[in-house]
Amino acid sequence: MELRKPPAVRRLSGNEGSVPTTGDTASYTPRSNASAPGSNGNGHRPGAPFLGPARRAAPSTVAIDRMQVEDLSVSYGEKPAVKSVSLPIRQGEVLALIGPSGCGKTTLLRSLNRLTELTRGASFSGRVTLDGADIATMEATALRRRVTMVFQQPNPFPMSVFDNVAYVLREQASRRPKRSAVRGAVRDALARAGLLDEVADGLDHPALRLSGGQQQRLCIARALAAEPEVLLLDEPCSALDPVSTRLIEDLIIKLREDVAVVIVTHNLQQAYRIADYVAFMYLGELVEYGSAHRMFGTPREHRTREYIGGAFG
Amino acid sequence: MDEDDLLGRDRGISQDQRAELGLGALVFVVVGLLLAMFAFVLHEAWASFAHNGLGWFGPGGSVDQQIQAIANSGQLKEAAIYTFHAWPLIWSTILTTAGAMVIAFVASLFIAVFIVEFAPQGLRRILEPVVRLLASVPSVIYGLAGVLVIVPFIGNHLITQSEKASVTPIIQLSGASLLAAVLILTVMIAPIMIAVFVDGLRAVPRGWLEGSLALGINQWRTFWKVGVRTARPALVAGTVLATARALGEAIMLSMVSGGVPFAPNPIDGLIFFFEPSQPLAATIIRNTEALNSPAMKATLYAIAAVLLFSTAMLSFIGWAAKQPMRRYGMVT
Amino acid sequence: MTTAPAAAVRPRPATTGSVYRLTDRIGLGLAWLLGLLFCAIAAAIVIYFLIEGIRYLRPSLLVTNPAAATSEGQTGGFLDPMLGTLIIGFMAMAIALPVGVAMAVWLSEFGRPIALARVTESVVEMLAGEPSVVLALFGLVLFGAPALGFLSQTTHGVVLGQSFFATAGMLSIVGLPMVVANVREGLQAIPAHVREASYALGKTKIATTRRVLLPAARPSVATGAMLGLGRVISDTAIVLLLMGGTLTFQSANSVPVLGLLRGTGDTLTGYIYYNAPTGDGNQPSKAYAAAFVLMLMVLAVNVAVDYVVSRSRKAIRWS
Repeated sequence: MELRKPPAVRRLSGNEGSVPTTGDTASYTPRSNASAPGSNGNGHRPGAPFLGPARRAAPSTVAIDRMQVEDLSVSYGEKPAVKSVSLPIRQGEVLALIGPSGCGKTTLLRSLNRLTELTRGASFSGRVTLDGADIATMEATALRRRVTMVFQQPNPFPMSVFDNVAYVLREQASRRPKRSAVRGAVRDALARAGLLDEVADGLDHPALRLSGGQQQRLCIARALAAEPEVLLLDEPCSALDPVSTRLIEDLIIKLREDVAVVIVTHNLQQAYRIADYVAFMYLGELVEYGSAHRMFGTPREHRTREYIGGAFG
Repeated sequence: MDEDDLLGRDRGISQDQRAELGLGALVFVVVGLLLAMFAFVLHEAWASFAHNGLGWFGPGGSVDQQIQAIANSGQLKEAAIYTFHAWPLIWSTILTTAGAMVIAFVASLFIAVFIVEFAPQGLRRILEPVVRLLASVPSVIYGLAGVLVIVPFIGNHLITQSEKASVTPIIQLSGASLLAAVLILTVMIAPIMIAVFVDGLRAVPRGWLEGSLALGINQWRTFWKVGVRTARPALVAGTVLATARALGEAIMLSMVSGGVPFAPNPIDGLIFFFEPSQPLAATIIRNTEALNSPAMKATLYAIAAVLLFSTAMLSFIGWAAKQPMRRYGMVT
Repeated sequence: MTTAPAAAVRPRPATTGSVYRLTDRIGLGLAWLLGLLFCAIAAAIVIYFLIEGIRYLRPSLLVTNPAAATSEGQTGGFLDPMLGTLIIGFMAMAIALPVGVAMAVWLSEFGRPIALARVTESVVEMLAGEPSVVLALFGLVLFGAPALGFLSQTTHGVVLGQSFFATAGMLSIVGLPMVVANVREGLQAIPAHVREASYALGKTKIATTRRVLLPAARPSVATGAMLGLGRVISDTAIVLLLMGGTLTFQSANSVPVLGLLRGTGDTLTGYIYYNAPTGDGNQPSKAYAAAFVLMLMVLAVNVAVDYVVSRSRKAIRWS
């Protein structure tokens, strides 16, 4: 029986981590920063981010500390991939890891559930804790039940939709539960992933016949079925069309109350839409970390400003 | 002028037509010859089947005596004796083939999983070429090792004197036995299965395995539930291939299975494993001197026809099993 | 902004026990156990033949011929059987390779009428699994027919039906499926745009095949040829029935090469069978030595295949 330290609960006060809900941000103003916080109202400010449609996320009411990354460094052989990164991961928040290709954001994500161990030659220093306990001391499989991951390419198993979600429940239990026992949990997970309506009468059809967006939502349902504390998403929408992307983004925002969400994305607009906190990485270093409001409005670091302004990608 | 150049346009097109006709004719002739061969075997075998009916497959009398009679019946078609009941041979074939297949399948599956997923890197690099090498060892060499090592071991150390004495009137227990045959056959076909299984397991998309690991399922369970399940067509294909090989094995089995067309009896208890026998393919090898006798020819061809049919059926099953594999994009 | 109570989060299930079930541990244990057992058995086989082979193999065996004698010191070596293996291997593949390549080309590039293509695939597939005893039996009758008497010797009007030609003929059928399968796979692995580029330059299909595709598929041709050769030199049943089983080459007549090929002889596999305890010769020491030499040949073929495959992987990159 594992004992978990009770999570530290931080209650939110009014303005922290949220975008001011002034009226003019609700309208769509393409390519003009008239409504951008920090702009001077007469058009584009150099280095300011592209601000499109209003941010969809209303602030969440929960902020529970889940994981803490403390001075983490990861190297593959000689090459350092992540250098001395520290940041908090909280339930109730969506943390977006942004940065150009090769900056180490995916490596950082994968080290949160120790998937980096599967690569030969990987070495680490530093600490990552989950609810206060060092994840290096846990059994990797146990850790991955609490910190699940959704990948860039949807990868549903070659089984039926039901079996895909039930797989997690069946294989994690010490005895294989009967179908009737898991059916409720399966439907629940599918509902949370927003997929239940679409597959309700086709639960036994092969999962590979679903569309790309549905498959990805199925993967999210699968990840949720494990009732994780943290959900990791590695560019989940990069292979999907805009409609599916929107559905999944809405889903992520809804989920953040129940799980801590960490999403890696190279799509700045997406980060702007859904993130509460943003971490910008460049060449393995954490350049800047802060609330989305600040990062997209008045970033402190020069490099952050350049990246968000599109100077490099 | 370069005859491939299409400036000679008519020549170009007819060149392709000629090539197609030529190649197609060659294929037609070769395939025709091979099919004619199959048909010929069946035709020659017909006499033996016709005379014995379904009893050909059944028990009845001593196979040795029947073969003697057939061989001695000489050249005259009228005096030819066709009586033949092959059950002891069939039973022996079933026992050795099924026994080897079952043991080899279980062992090969776990060994293949070991090689693909759990073996240390250095060991894996040695094991794979070794598996391929073992799969290509000629069967006569396996037979040699069997006769010189396994058979004496069984005969001297595993069979007790009292056991030998108890069956002396009927058969001789010498170590050349069912056990020896199954053991060596297993060792012979396992590398074939392992090679095919390893290929199939390797072809499982890594995304599925990683996805399962990332959901908190341990490595063994991930590989078993996702990897092995996905590689099921390869498992079937490898098993079929190995079974066909086991069925048709004549040389090695003729050396170690005992050479006596006796039907091993499970009721005999432990002695059952030590009883000698003679599978179908080995019977052909042992009796080819008397091929002049038309009855003998028919009988041997009948045995060959049974073998031919069984392996053809197995090939068909194997082909059918590969189709879903092709759909997933994993073609062997 | 209201502050939510801490309990408004989803309740979590309690984790029960370890992440490994008992069956998992058993399975893992079995995998390791059988894996290591396999290593042990494989090592035992290899070492056993190595030791026995080295013990009994003397260079003199490779250069003297077998002789019928009663004492082991006088029964000679296995020069002729060794040559027999090489000759038969070469002859069989000399037939199987061109025919196999032609068939593979037809299947891959032409393939009409479709019924013929399907039948061909099925027949080749069936052949791959067919016991060589059946082929041996058939060959005995085929080459014993008077029409094919020129391929072997005829005494007193009875065609012997056993000769190098007969053996090579049936062995080529044994090697054929390997060639067809590998060459076909090699041709199909070449992407369509390569063919299209060639046709766009005005080349005919057959010219494209000859000049572009087959050279590109050379590793597959080599692999198929060598795998087929491996099968051919390992076969015993066909050799036993169709070579005549004479210890040394017995030419049919005094014509230099053809006489030899129409005559009888033996190969290493037949020699081993003969000298095993179950055979008439019963000289295990000679059998071990011959087995060692045969294994070296098989090993050489395997190494060659590995070499070709690894080199082809580095060399060919289709864009």
